[in-house]
Amino acid sequence: MEKEKKKYALGKRKYVLSGIACLIVFTYILRLFTLQLLSEDYKADADNNAFLKRILFPARGAITDRNGKLLVYNQPAYDIMVVMKEQEGVDTLDLCKTLNITPEWYKRRMSEIRDPWRNPGYSRYTQQLFMSQLSAEEFSTFSEKLFSYPGFYVQKRSVRQYSYPYAAHVLGDVGEVGPKDIEKDDYYNSGDYIGKLGIERQYEQQLRGEKGVEILLRDSRGRIKGRYQNGKFDEAPIPGKNLTLSLDVELQALGERLMTGKKGGIVAIEPSTGEILCMVSSPTYDPRMMVGRQRGENNRKLSQNVHKPLLNRAIMGQYPPGSTFKTTQALTFLQEGIVNTHTSYPCSEGFHFKGLTLKCHIHAAPIALVPSLATSCNSYYCWGLFQMFSNRQKYPTVQDAMTRWKDYMVSMGFGYRLGVDLPGEKRGMIPNAPYYDKAYRGSWNGLTVISISIGQGEVNATPLQIANLGATIANRGWFVTPHVVKDIQDEELNEEYTTRRYTMVDAQHYEHVVQGMRQAVLNGTCRAANTEAYEVCGKTGTAQNPHGKDHSAFMGFAPMNDPKIAICVYVENGIWGATYGVPIGSLLIEQYLTGGLSPESEEKAKIFENRHIITSDDASNK
Amino acid sequence: MPATSKNNRDKGILSNIDWVTLFIFVVLVSMGWMSVCGASYNLDEGTKLLDFSARSGMQLVWIFSSFVLGAIILYIDDRLIESLSYIIYIAFMVLLFVTPMLAHDIKGSLSWIKIGGFSIQPAEFAKFATAICVAKVVSSFNLDLSRWRDLFISAFLVLLPMVLIVMQKETGSALVYFAFFFMFYREGMVGSILFAGAAAVFYFVVGIRYADVPLWDILPISSGEFFVLAAIHLFVAGMMWVYTSLRKPFFQTLCFGMIAYVLAVLYAKYLIPFNVCWVQWGVLAATIVYLFYLAVRERLWSYALISMFALGSIGFFYSVNYVLNDVLQAHQRTRIRVLLGLEDDPKGAGYNVIQAKIAIGSGGLKGKGFLNGTQTKLKYVPEQDTDFIFCTVGEEQGFIGAAVVLLLFLFFILRLIHLAERQPLRFGRVYGYCVMSIFLFHLFINVGMVLGLTPVIGIPLPFFSYGGSSLWGFTILLFVFLKIDSARFRLKK
Repeated sequence: MEKEKKKYALGKRKYVLSGIACLIVFTYILRLFTLQLLSEDYKADADNNAFLKRILFPARGAITDRNGKLLVYNQPAYDIMVVMKEQEGVDTLDLCKTLNITPEWYKRRMSEIRDPWRNPGYSRYTQQLFMSQLSAEEFSTFSEKLFSYPGFYVQKRSVRQYSYPYAAHVLGDVGEVGPKDIEKDDYYNSGDYIGKLGIERQYEQQLRGEKGVEILLRDSRGRIKGRYQNGKFDEAPIPGKNLTLSLDVELQALGERLMTGKKGGIVAIEPSTGEILCMVSSPTYDPRMMVGRQRGENNRKLSQNVHKPLLNRAIMGQYPPGSTFKTTQALTFLQEGIVNTHTSYPCSEGFHFKGLTLKCHIHAAPIALVPSLATSCNSYYCWGLFQMFSNRQKYPTVQDAMTRWKDYMVSMGFGYRLGVDLPGEKRGMIPNAPYYDKAYRGSWNGLTVISISIGQGEVNATPLQIANLGATIANRGWFVTPHVVKDIQDEELNEEYTTRRYTMVDAQHYEHVVQGMRQAVLNGTCRAANTEAYEVCGKTGTAQNPHGKDHSAFMGFAPMNDPKIAICVYVENGIWGATYGVPIGSLLIEQYLTGGLSPESEEKAKIFENRHIITSDDASNK
Repeated sequence: MPATSKNNRDKGILSNIDWVTLFIFVVLVSMGWMSVCGASYNLDEGTKLLDFSARSGMQLVWIFSSFVLGAIILYIDDRLIESLSYIIYIAFMVLLFVTPMLAHDIKGSLSWIKIGGFSIQPAEFAKFATAICVAKVVSSFNLDLSRWRDLFISAFLVLLPMVLIVMQKETGSALVYFAFFFMFYREGMVGSILFAGAAAVFYFVVGIRYADVPLWDILPISSGEFFVLAAIHLFVAGMMWVYTSLRKPFFQTLCFGMIAYVLAVLYAKYLIPFNVCWVQWGVLAATIVYLFYLAVRERLWSYALISMFALGSIGFFYSVNYVLNDVLQAHQRTRIRVLLGLEDDPKGAGYNVIQAKIAIGSGGLKGKGFLNGTQTKLKYVPEQDTDFIFCTVGEEQGFIGAAVVLLLFLFFILRLIHLAERQPLRFGRVYGYCVMSIFLFHLFINVGMVLGLTPVIGIPLPFFSYGGSSLWGFTILLFVFLKIDSARFRLKK
């Protein structure tokens, strides 16, 4: 009996053993489940193990001017890459000699590569940028000895090259990405290039294209074993899009030539499209300085220069517009009904009222609107603004008048960024009622702020905004946001750059201002711009500068009835508008409308080219 | 109408053989061949799966020769094999003994001897010799393994080849012989030996793995220690339930212990922090004393044995730390610590395990497809076509394929248990259990180490790992059992 029971119990033990087997297998299946289905990490690890993803860099888009002349293109250069894990044991001294670098530089560079803060994507197993942009000659000496430097590789890249030494501020440049760019956009890896300034930065997305990738198989010892699935998953790089600029490189060249030795900016716009024909900022530099390994050094030099050649004065310089601003006042007064074309104001060498005096030069008085523009009479605009700001029937308070006034200025493109397709544009300054309430503690009137009527005082504008004012007058009341890119390959231009923006002034009032500007050229302040060939309209500006000599400004457009070009020339410390502004402006108009300069004009251009205001040697870095 | 058995016998071996097992064998061997193809595929030379210079081609030779070997075994009289048991055993023990002297060193192992152009590993065949001999001894003398003397005799037959294989520096292959304890258990060995073994592994793993993990932030109380002591208490209570009939002491022990622990934890956490293990020691000490008191009062040995189990458990647990830190060598310690996840050593001992996990983990649900695994083909997993062959299954066949393989193995093992149980003679049953135990142990250790669950012990996965010796060894083991099983009707008559 006892034995029976025992035997029976032993027979049951097969269930225990079966249970153990089941337990083991189901535990393992559970483990497989967690390994294979719940975690993606292993897949990533496996890919990191087996796949060497070689980035294929796309060609960056080329840049041409409005006439199809190539401005910026790509040139092959060679980057030296290093894989930290493999480079141990390399003869460092020999390497330094071959590459013509110092051992100190080598050490510093190596520690930079390892620094996770400077180089967030660092890995010991992947290629890291060691030295960038070797020229073809440097590359050939290095490649001969490449076999003796395990862990060092050469990667072919392309660098930007420039056909002309012009338009550095517009074109901008490319440089290595910084840690912030990498953090912001995971498209970039350490060592990639990114547009740093100008068009290169603004149109980075279009110019850069899309990187491709080639997936290679790498075995456990790091040897390449061919392409994964015969390249089925490789992606070819998509080249960047080509850009056509609205700039005319000849016009740009002349502008830069005429601005030699001067500080200031020139902007020329095609009024009907808002396309910027030239944008000069002086002093300037050769864009080729920003290419290659000397980029860092040159960049440092330029940024330390006292004349700030890196500053794009055409869109970043904020200057009092001076008398060029009177056109805006004339338009506002006409539209608001403050004056009509017959209204005349007295002027006895200036505006005198309640002990306030604002000087003017000698001319016939009293004076009406058109001649006031031609002679640039200050009194007319002081009276006009005073009447407007004192008109309590129309404006209950001076603040209301001010707000109305400000709205006109903003509608003409002042006080806010215009939205040009370049980085760093400044907005200028148009004061408003709260601003004066704060400045004068609520106690102010038209007389207090009278100087804004002649483009002085708190009013500031960029050369771009002044040129744009020229374009709105040329168009009789509208403008298209100025832009430098005319055409993007396979892509529509942003709607912003194709739609008209109307000012608050009706077209009919513009005719009077156009007449005033025409008179200024025929027998006023801009006589130097007069020519038989086409009808030029212009307005000078002589902006008082509390820091030194007055600034010389010119705003004009031509031809009068079919405007092709509107321009602003602004020369710092150039004194009278007629001294620099008018002659430079008229030369540029001639260049653009006739396609070149007449022999007399060429003589004139030489004179202005050599007439320098800033004299220090490093004024120009060409 | 003739008797069924007679009818079967007349039809010969083909109708009596267990086709189910044979079918699983063929399926597993085929899947094994596919895995060897994937693991040994050479990217440089392209597809040459049938080339005999490649491992995939050679494995095919081993597979077909093992089929021939299996067929031959099926036509040998099983009674002949049974009668030769002792001679086979002695012959192999001698062979194992001389192997280290004849062997040439392969990666530190002295287990391979050269015969003609081939190298063979006698240890792979010694498993069969041991199994057949143990079966013969246990059945011939009708040993009762619940008696210590009989157990020692059987265990001696198993320990002898173990020692000889350890001398060949093949510790992994030697450990396989522990599998025979499954068979001992089925044949009457006291179950608590198996349980004590499992408990020891539990104390070891949990105690070491969580030794440095604090129970909660404030106090450095080792959670490993806490949980092991709690487990000892639970095991003691459980044994009181199973081995004694008195219910009151069981409930007292269980409730008293649990209440004391919960109160101690709450007190330490919310009032005054102190080492909760002190309370556990106190409770366990009280329990042991109480058990002795019960043993004396009830005149029951069981209580004394249970209290000895508790004492032994505590002693074992606290000596493990000592052994680990002061007895084991540095590399052994590292292996254990890496296995338990305490050390991260991606280039050293942990490299295999990490790469194996990556290879399997990257397989996903459906796998990368036959010959499409990247990790195995690019040689990231060491020993990928032998010990780590399961990586290839996981990577190329995915979760579905790997789970199917495991389930096939499970079915195979359960089938072997079923076949063993239906044997009319004890010899057949014991031998069947030996075969089943060996397969189970190989599966447990090999797949476990690939999945990072058991220590890295270099033993092959049956029917999958590349190599003639292991495949032939497993084939002989299995087919001798199939032959014995097919002859069962002869005796049932």
